[in-house]
Amino acid sequence: MATDPLDDFIDAAARAFRLPIEPDWKPAVKANLDVTLKHAALVAEFELPDDAEPAPIYTA
Amino acid sequence: MPSPRPSTRPDSVAVDTSWATAGEIAAAVASGKTSALAVVEDALARIGERNPLLNAFTAITAERARARARAIDAAAAKKQTLGALAGVPFAVKNLFDISGLATVAGSKINRGLPPAKRDSVLIERLEAAGAVLVGALNMGEYAYDFTGENVHDGPSRNPHDATRMTGGSSGGSGGAVAGGMVPLALGSDTNGSIRVPSSLCGTFGLKPTYGRLSRARSFPFVASLDHLGPFARSARDLALSYDLMQGADPDDAACADRPAEPTLSQLDRGLDGLRIAVAGGYFQKGAMPEALAALDLVAKAAGARTEAEIPEARRARAAAYVITTTEGAALHLDRLRNRAHDFDPAVRDRLLAGAMIPATLVTKAQMFRRWYRDRVLDLFRSCDAILAPATPCTAPKIGQQTFMLDGVEMPVRPNMGLYTQPISFIGLPVVAVPVPLKPMPIAIQIITAPWREDIALRIAHALEKQGVCAAPRPQIAGG
Repeated sequence: MATDPLDDFIDAAARAFRLPIEPDWKPAVKANLDVTLKHAALVAEFELPDDAEPAPIYTA
Repeated sequence: MPSPRPSTRPDSVAVDTSWATAGEIAAAVASGKTSALAVVEDALARIGERNPLLNAFTAITAERARARARAIDAAAAKKQTLGALAGVPFAVKNLFDISGLATVAGSKINRGLPPAKRDSVLIERLEAAGAVLVGALNMGEYAYDFTGENVHDGPSRNPHDATRMTGGSSGGSGGAVAGGMVPLALGSDTNGSIRVPSSLCGTFGLKPTYGRLSRARSFPFVASLDHLGPFARSARDLALSYDLMQGADPDDAACADRPAEPTLSQLDRGLDGLRIAVAGGYFQKGAMPEALAALDLVAKAAGARTEAEIPEARRARAAAYVITTTEGAALHLDRLRNRAHDFDPAVRDRLLAGAMIPATLVTKAQMFRRWYRDRVLDLFRSCDAILAPATPCTAPKIGQQTFMLDGVEMPVRPNMGLYTQPISFIGLPVVAVPVPLKPMPIAIQIITAPWREDIALRIAHALEKQGVCAAPRPQIAGG
């Protein structure tokens, strides 16, 4: 049976980024990752022009 | 019959400091009706009585406070002019540096830090005006929280019902002010952490414009979203303390090089001439009946006749969520790698997820942020203030994991900030005003254009004078 791609991603990212994710923590990390990716997808699907400036240094 | 023992307190307290405003206390000290030391002793005694139940304070700086109060009284004895906050006890969320204490920021890990060498700049500015720091306040770990719960220090408890949350992450700040332990407290607000506890505890809270108040010597969470601000039991006290804390500061890279713009002098101008709208759409969807009832009361009292549609608010909240979790993960990356077991698991697991989000998605969120800011600023061409609920409901029970929002069961912890996140995302100033519903209060946000704290405070003050908004006084057993 194929594994969930998110599980594979977590395993790979944990190794690549040296994140110590213990097996007991993984379901909660996965749930949080899933929510964050859904939020990110909602933002990413919004069409912006190519010249839309990011605001990493924010000025009100 | 033995003669009465003399009081151990240095002076009688001529004002009821358990519920007096900061302005009233300072006036009583300045006029000689009471002394700073008497006020401070009274506050310390009340903290000793109430804190075992409310768990708002994590450190009490009693000796420092007494020394400071004695210095103010000595200045008064020499007829020197006292500051506008002379003798006013205040406390700060425990992410503010306090000289001599480790800045724990609600964590276990930071308890190993060396003691701070110097106070946060906002503490210095309040104390320069005569205020007296009496302690540090409980908070959600590293400010990543909307509940006021803390696995290391225990939850701060709501003064109106100790089985309920204070809201977070500045939970101790809300509890200390609503619980009558101090008239003034400082907190931080990244996504709603001043406005949510103000709503759940029934206090006034000010989240100023991003860049207005210096964050120097406070522990950060999300640099591009972090704000500091006051909690109080009146709009006037917010204005008074805010005016004293304004000013440029090269020690905070985001602090605006902008002259102070006093608000206290504008407070009594009333509602005349102001165009006030109510946020529609997203900001009413999912709100429970008590939130909508409070919004209706405030809208009617403020004469809000139009509805403002804040565009793409749901997406703005999503973008704030992404920036928060990734910037937060970047801040804590080394601690995640080396001290993962010492985090609150709820915080750790969110940050670990945040550490895995690709930079492409974060940049998308930052691009959206600028687009969204421009659209929302356009709204302020046709109105001066927008009203919106601060929270979707009144205080949930401590430990409650989920609630129903718009018919869908949702986790409490991230969703209490549903209505606050899209506003702080673009740094707009907000005053949270408490509506004293029974049995639990709830707050409404008064949102204005950048740098127009004066308008938000003016509306808050007018609503308070009408009796629609007020910090309700709790009945606290044993205190």
